[in-house]
Amino acid sequence: MNVATFDAYPDSTVRYSAAGAHLQLRGVTKSFGANTVLHGIDLDIPPGQFVAIVGRSGCGKSTLLRLLSGLDKPSGGTIEIEGATTGWDDHVRLMFQEPRLLPWQRVAANVAVGLSHAPRGADRKREAQEALEQVGLGTRGGDWPSVLSGGQKQRVALARALVSHPRVLAFDEPLGALDALTRIEMQALIEQVWQDKGFTAIVVTHDVSEAVTLADRVLLLDHGRVDMDVTVDLPRPRRHGDPAAAAIEGRILDRLLAR
Amino acid sequence: MTRLSRRHLLGAALPTLVMKRTLPWIVPLLILLLWQVAAQTGLLRENVMPAPTAVAAALWKVAANGELWRDIRVSAWRAFTGFAIGGGLGFVFGMANGLSGLSEKLTDSTLQMVRNIPHLALIPLVILWFGIGEQAKLFLVALGVFFPVYINTLHGVRSVDRQLLEMARAYGMSNQAIFWRVVFPGALPSIFVGLRYGLGIMWLTLIVAETISATSGIGFMAMNAREFMMTDVVVVSILIYAALGKLADTVARLLERTCLSWNPAYVEA
Ligand SMILES: Nc1ncnc2c1ncn2[C@@H]1O[C@H](COP(=O)(O)OP(=O)(O)OP(=O)(O)O)[C@@H](O)[C@H]1O
Ligand SMILES: [Mg+2]
Repeated sequence: MNVATFDAYPDSTVRYSAAGAHLQLRGVTKSFGANTVLHGIDLDIPPGQFVAIVGRSGCGKSTLLRLLSGLDKPSGGTIEIEGATTGWDDHVRLMFQEPRLLPWQRVAANVAVGLSHAPRGADRKREAQEALEQVGLGTRGGDWPSVLSGGQKQRVALARALVSHPRVLAFDEPLGALDALTRIEMQALIEQVWQDKGFTAIVVTHDVSEAVTLADRVLLLDHGRVDMDVTVDLPRPRRHGDPAAAAIEGRILDRLLAR
Repeated sequence: MTRLSRRHLLGAALPTLVMKRTLPWIVPLLILLLWQVAAQTGLLRENVMPAPTAVAAALWKVAANGELWRDIRVSAWRAFTGFAIGGGLGFVFGMANGLSGLSEKLTDSTLQMVRNIPHLALIPLVILWFGIGEQAKLFLVALGVFFPVYINTLHGVRSVDRQLLEMARAYGMSNQAIFWRVVFPGALPSIFVGLRYGLGIMWLTLIVAETISATSGIGFMAMNAREFMMTDVVVVSILIYAALGKLADTVARLLERTCLSWNPAYVEA
């Protein structure tokens, strides 16, 4: 079933296939004590799709991402990545709202954190450097994180997530703390690396317009259920303020505000 | 234009630099001068406070006959061995109790109770246990140093950023890697606070212990000189304690600055 995916990347020296992974969630639930946050989520995300998840605060978006990245285990149901129910943690990388860089390690070493298992020594350095170049910070490898701007720190975090060639990259409001201009730049960067690498992208965001600009598909989460599943079939690159996008955005917002 | 302004900058920077260096020394030098004058005019009697020049001469004498170096060696050995034992144990317990809830439940409240006993109050008991030998001093120093290192290490481990720990787990770091790359460096600033505080307690404890009961060391040198009314040597030993304390603190600060160079708060302006 994944043959097509692998054929697109015949180079077997790539440790993790650069292609996206296929995600399947069946009846996934999550409870904290008596509080059930996710009520049976069924989802099928084809390889390489760009999915945005929107929803009100507290509806369980972060909880869902934590399950997908293996940080927590579901209370019920199964998560399959490329048909495997376990052992896929290495294929998934999670980017947080905050950069979460280790302040006592230089930028290059922070990026190398993403290579927890794989290569040592010179290869490690080279891969970290390549990832930094992808995010446009090729010359900053020797700096301490404290001297970088907020947007640059988030780029380093992106490089750290990219360096292990993940097949699924999950973002938990990665741009929430950035100013409007830096935000648009980062959106473009994320879209570009996604097109280059072909990973499956899952972005949680509060910003419906951001979701529609970036994603192939927008999921509206409400009270722990998928309330709306919208396909955004618009050509890329998408311009801000495109009327077709605005129409989709309007539909999602109406639904969000309807309750 | 640029050349002119640069010369102006340099010209302005040079005197301020010299000023910055010399300004803090003016007051101590003035005090020294007053002290010398007071001693020479007889305002200060010699057996109360000898003149700076007399103190310098006494320093020269004890340094020349080798007595001083032997006593410094003995005192420094006691100080740092006691510090290593107490600080090492404090570090181990602090780490263990910060990382493991079981260990914390088991030992923390006991340690907090013991902490309330001023360690110097134990001197009579310690002399009963160990006599006036080396163990007594090592025990007291180790006990005094243990608590600041313990408490600050524990605090440091507890205050390590949860978000970084979560990131480390999400990125598949092993427990060992999490300790060395996240927990330990995160706790380090606090550990250094404990170390420097411990250094202060180390000297204080040693001074008291050596003054009360010793047959060698700087405290002994001072008490011995007192018996012979050699006030100048007493002052010399006090100054030596001060110098050793300052030296230890400077080394600790240097270490701190190198280890914490990532932290903008520790980079020299
Ligand atoms: N570790 C936990 N223990 C108990 N309850 C939790 C825990 N984590 C999340 N919750 C609860 O789960 C619910 C969903 O939280 P979650 O963080 O997933 O929301 P969210 O959709 O990401 O919200 P936001 O948009 O504000 O980030 C909340 O009611 C929260 O209180
Ligand atoms: Mg959240």
